[in-house]
Amino acid sequence: MGILDFLKRKPEATASVARERLRIIVAQERSTRGAPDYLPMMRNELLEVIKKYVQVDIDAISINVERDSGQEILELSVTLPEGKPAAKGETRDEAKDKTRTG
Amino acid sequence: MTAEIIVVTSGKGGVGKTTTSASLATGLAMAGKKTAVIDFDVGLRNLDLIMGCERRVVYDFVNVVHGEATLKQSLIKDKRYDNLYVLAASQTRDKDALTQEGVEKVLDGLSGEGFDYVVCDSPAGIEKGAHLAMYFADHAVVVVNPEVSSVRDSDRILGLLASKTRRAEKGEGPVIQHLLLTRYNPARVAIGEMLSVKDVEEILGIEVVGVIPESENVLTASNNGIPVIVDVNSQAGQAYSDTVARILGEERPLRFVDVPKKGFLQRVFGG
Repeated sequence: MGILDFLKRKPEATASVARERLRIIVAQERSTRGAPDYLPMMRNELLEVIKKYVQVDIDAISINVERDSGQEILELSVTLPEGKPAAKGETRDEAKDKTRTG
Repeated sequence: MTAEIIVVTSGKGGVGKTTTSASLATGLAMAGKKTAVIDFDVGLRNLDLIMGCERRVVYDFVNVVHGEATLKQSLIKDKRYDNLYVLAASQTRDKDALTQEGVEKVLDGLSGEGFDYVVCDSPAGIEKGAHLAMYFADHAVVVVNPEVSSVRDSDRILGLLASKTRRAEKGEGPVIQHLLLTRYNPARVAIGEMLSVKDVEEILGIEVVGVIPESENVLTASNNGIPVIVDVNSQAGQAYSDTVARILGEERPLRFVDVPKKGFLQRVFGG
């Protein structure tokens, strides 16, 4: 081993990167597990509708299905872009529209 | 008395399912349990090679399911252990060769023959073969490597075990899940290059039933057609013995998960 090796950067500890990436993806996949198959398609169609009025990314739409005491709650949340005026002149920052269906 | 059914599954391929099935079945037989191990990987028969009985396969799993051979004709008796039998996969390319009713008939037949345990070696993936391997299970050994794609697939499999099994569908109580971490390299974990036991347990929310260290002996054993658990001097063999004991309800501390500390002379002279 040469003296200069001490100056070289150590190999990166990539296990922590793997751990964080897995935490996020596993949590995300668990949240949609057992949910109806039409959810991804519905999400895309909703995006098309929303795009007619506001320019949003697919990541801005999140859909959750929760089950409690025998009823299912479909929770839909759309994050509108910051600073840009929404369609029809109404300005709202980070507005969240929540729609609940039984 | 019905046989306990244990599925060895993982989702991802190449993580050590067949190695684990062979050692688990052999370990159960070593503990005095009458055990059968079934290869569910129709089209890609491999368990016979790992068990070292590839030249004695006459009839296979699909032959029994289709009534072309009896269970007794198809079970291959192990050379080393009297109470251990192998049922080989068929080499047919017909994916629909196995049916749920057919698998149930074979498992019931094994119970009738007085087997204590049936180990089902699942194919990779989440298709029909994997589904059938897990459907009738009482226990599941989910084999996982400390690697991102394997961990993610294991989570998927844990979800399927909780919903797509007979126990889940009939509300007969959950399949008992055992997480087995294989190809573990404590030295790489110590320098932060590999997910640790704790990382994997936390991500998946389930404790490990065993940790099998990455070991040259696993390849040597498969070269020779001898399940690695028979190699009692190897760390992998010992780790599998511990795992089998834990599945049978014994408590044993984890071994081979830390880097061995170097002695004074080793530190001075290297090695």
